[in-house]
Amino acid sequence: MAAPLTLLLIVAVTIRAVLFRSSLAELIPERVEVVSPLNAWKRVVEGLALLDLGVSPYAGDVFHETPLIIYFFHFVSDYAEIVFMVMTRLVGCVFLLQFRKQKYALEAERYPLDCLELIRTPKEMYYIPLKVAMFYLLNPFTILSCVAKSTCGLNNAVIALFILCTVKGSSLMSAIFLALATYQSIYPLTLFAPALLYLLQRLYIPVNWQRSSFWLFTTQYTFMYLGSLCVMVCLSFFLLSSWDFLSSVYGFILSVPDLTPNIGLFWYFFAEMFEHFRLFFICVFQINVFFYTIPLSIKLKEHPIFLIFMQIAIISIFKSYPTVGDIALYMAFLPAWNHLYRFLRNIFLVSVVLLACSTLFPVLWHLWIYAGSANSNFYYAITLLFNVAQILLVSDYFYAYLRREHHLTHGLYLKRKDGSEATLVLK
Amino acid sequence: MGLLSDPNRRRALTKLLTRLNAPICVMCYLAGVAWFMGLAFEPFTLRTYMSENAMGSTMVEERFPAGERALATGREFAAHKKKVGGMPVDWLVKTMQSRGLEVFTQSFTRKLPFPDENKERYMVRGTNVYGILRAPRAPRTEALVLSAPCSEGNNNNQAVGLLLGLAQYFRSQIHWAKDIIFLVNEHDLIGMQAWLEGYHHTNTTGGDWSPLQGRGGSIQAALSLELSSDVITSLDLVLEGLNGQLPNLDLANLFYAFCQKIGVLCTIQGKLQRNDWDTTSGYSHAAQTMMLMVLKQASGRPWGDHGLFLRYHIEAASIRGINSFRQYKTDTTTIGRLLEGMYRKLNNLLERLHQSYFFYLMPSLSRFVSIGYYMPAFGLLAVILLLRALDLWVQLGASPPGTEDGVAGGVQVSNGPSSPGVLSILTPVVISHMTGVALYTLPILSQEMAVQHFPVSETEAVVLTAIAIYTAGLALPHNTHRLLQGEGTEEGWRVLKLVALLYLAVLLGCTALINFSLGFILALSLVPIAAFITPHTPKALSAAIMVLLSPGCTLLYCVFVFQELQETPVSLQDGWMLFLSVISQGILDHALYGSLVYPLLALLIYPCWLLLWNILFWK
Repeated sequence: MAAPLTLLLIVAVTIRAVLFRSSLAELIPERVEVVSPLNAWKRVVEGLALLDLGVSPYAGDVFHETPLIIYFFHFVSDYAEIVFMVMTRLVGCVFLLQFRKQKYALEAERYPLDCLELIRTPKEMYYIPLKVAMFYLLNPFTILSCVAKSTCGLNNAVIALFILCTVKGSSLMSAIFLALATYQSIYPLTLFAPALLYLLQRLYIPVNWQRSSFWLFTTQYTFMYLGSLCVMVCLSFFLLSSWDFLSSVYGFILSVPDLTPNIGLFWYFFAEMFEHFRLFFICVFQINVFFYTIPLSIKLKEHPIFLIFMQIAIISIFKSYPTVGDIALYMAFLPAWNHLYRFLRNIFLVSVVLLACSTLFPVLWHLWIYAGSANSNFYYAITLLFNVAQILLVSDYFYAYLRREHHLTHGLYLKRKDGSEATLVLK
Repeated sequence: MGLLSDPNRRRALTKLLTRLNAPICVMCYLAGVAWFMGLAFEPFTLRTYMSENAMGSTMVEERFPAGERALATGREFAAHKKKVGGMPVDWLVKTMQSRGLEVFTQSFTRKLPFPDENKERYMVRGTNVYGILRAPRAPRTEALVLSAPCSEGNNNNQAVGLLLGLAQYFRSQIHWAKDIIFLVNEHDLIGMQAWLEGYHHTNTTGGDWSPLQGRGGSIQAALSLELSSDVITSLDLVLEGLNGQLPNLDLANLFYAFCQKIGVLCTIQGKLQRNDWDTTSGYSHAAQTMMLMVLKQASGRPWGDHGLFLRYHIEAASIRGINSFRQYKTDTTTIGRLLEGMYRKLNNLLERLHQSYFFYLMPSLSRFVSIGYYMPAFGLLAVILLLRALDLWVQLGASPPGTEDGVAGGVQVSNGPSSPGVLSILTPVVISHMTGVALYTLPILSQEMAVQHFPVSETEAVVLTAIAIYTAGLALPHNTHRLLQGEGTEEGWRVLKLVALLYLAVLLGCTALINFSLGFILALSLVPIAAFITPHTPKALSAAIMVLLSPGCTLLYCVFVFQELQETPVSLQDGWMLFLSVISQGILDHALYGSLVYPLLALLIYPCWLLLWNILFWK
């Protein structure tokens, strides 16, 4: 495992180093698909300059990172390239570690015999961590995001560490990293439910409202989470001695004042909207991210890791300033579900659409902004298509997961009552 | 969503698509071609109309009186030009100053990557002279440009004369709300490129020019005037710019409206419009006009000096005076009035021209086909690629809807699409692209070596090297196979073909969005071979068809068709020479102005074609 990993890391570093030195390094950070107002490196530099001058970095409405990030970069800004490389590397390695720990189908005897082909052999499992790392490190989206020095890579690293700690079962570290992720961008809040479910599962505590052990652990975990969140917020306050950052970071994320086009769903809609409907529709759009947590947690309460994947995907689709780096994060999980491959129905359609959209983004951007012959509708149409494809992808995986579970309990070859072959229909 | 989730209906649909794949593809191809040809049929096109309010409702009077004097100035200019042996800079500066303009000059030098044999230039050195008429009625935030090229020999003297005459006349009028810049550019597009880059502080192609001393506001629209005789029979409008970009249709409408008003014969692609659309000859006339536009647009070169303005988001067109044997003649005063009227209307603009279409084809000057009408023609061709890809996907057994919706077909899934080995797919892809890179870089890099070893000129060396590399690429499939071990599985070529089909579909789609004509012509020749090529077809016949439909041969046909449509048919020998010069012009256009057609063909389309070639010789 070590040799291929080293090779992979060398390849990944080489690609990025070459791109950092090429002329593309100036072009990529300008692409709206790769950087958002939240995580553009240009804005971090601006914030640092303001900080050095003794002005609040949030004066001037350019900088929207959290105070901890700016102090982090204050010390390492000269080595930014290396930091981003290391962060990406870190995510890759973390993914590698965490999936090594997962054992899925050990309770094989519980299932009917003909399901054996559904259960993954240890040999298949062996390569999954490597594949996950490869999917993340060599994904063009990650590479672009890293070359653009988007701080999205940092957030991904935090989320990856959170998943690692959760999978390892360390509830304190898991809570701390979850708090850090939430502190960075609010949305990972929804990962609280899957993390709690996973830790409960690990401790063999059933999700039962009447059990005191359930309540005890839930309270404990919530307390750790809220406590570390509180520490971070207070630390930020003491670093800058003002509460400016709250409105500048979280207000900025939630109320979406910057309508620069990106690959998300917000900008076009709110650019067209009458001002007095704005609040209502912002609530509607933001609820999307949080709303699916409840039904998904109920449906997938036995499978918290899959729930984490679903949540990350939903966040990256519905968040207010998405970039391709966010998409790369959940796409890295896909090899982990390769046992679902046979149940996927639209994978061809979806991958073709995703591929076509990714190439059409720059083309339509050129036509709109430079040539002036197309307009924003062209670009937004592709954005919509891209997001529809992502939603189809995620729901396809969801369906495939449920379907596999169904087959695991009911047998692979279903028979109707009259003995003919049955097919499952989702309606 | 029912279709996507109900396995029974999905199965029925995929079965239908896979069983009827070939007939559907043939139908789509024929329908695509028929649709395209139908675009020239008048009932299917729309009549042009002025969308811009600021130019529609306001009437202007044209009173330009001084045509004769303009011609005299033109003759004076010609005399000075002859005396200096190039651009008479001092005389122009003096004349413009005496007409009350702020005059500035810009000098530029440019070394071409290899000598341009068509225009006989290699080291280019020149000067642009421009005068700015400051707007008396408004803050100077916007500008209009009128340009005339200072050409070799006796061409375009009348254009410069008329430009100076108009400058003098405009100076005496008080209603200008935009600066008007009168530009005389030397060495046609090279000078224009230098001036535009100087004006906008950009340098995209590494030219060497002195910075501009004076500027007007942001340029809203520009016209380039070409006039080589004292009287003309008709005015031709040239729209096609760099990379097939077109100005807003309202500019063409404006020109057409004034030609109608003043009574000047006007043409597009050098063809008058006819009223007998319901006869065969009338239809074929419209079709020829449209095909000429398609071919010109596909070439991606600027067809007049206006072509480079479009890159800066400035609507621009060239107006070319044509003097033929027709009885009815128009004098310079009338052309001056026409231009005056157009500038008066452009002066009324409140914002940039944006109301009308940017994507259109014109079968005649008063008719147009918009993007919504012509895109289906391309879509019908592109859908063939997707249908074939779907068919291959089903054949590969990876998508099981053909069987039992994920259950029975799942046995081979573990060795699904990636099983033939990433390497066996990646090798041809990488090698094809390396050949493309060689085709892109080597011709210019190796010209010196070629000149030393072979008795050819530099230009010939570049073109012949390009053709040699192009042909050498055909030998590749045998060599890629030597690199592979354990290749040749039935699945291998299917996966490779799937990759090539999707690649081609995305590539052509993007091309067609930027330059419809280029995308459509490439689709016309590449889609049939991409759809039906397999290793099992008879080798010799398929290889011959593939070569005949390769991008290079398509270019050769286009040269012949273009000449035929222009009613100047050429012999095979001349056609071949023309083909060689078109290649050298393409490379030069890329180096000088940043035209994208040559890199697109060399770096993307040609490798994609090589992939298909590879499939044919899959062992």
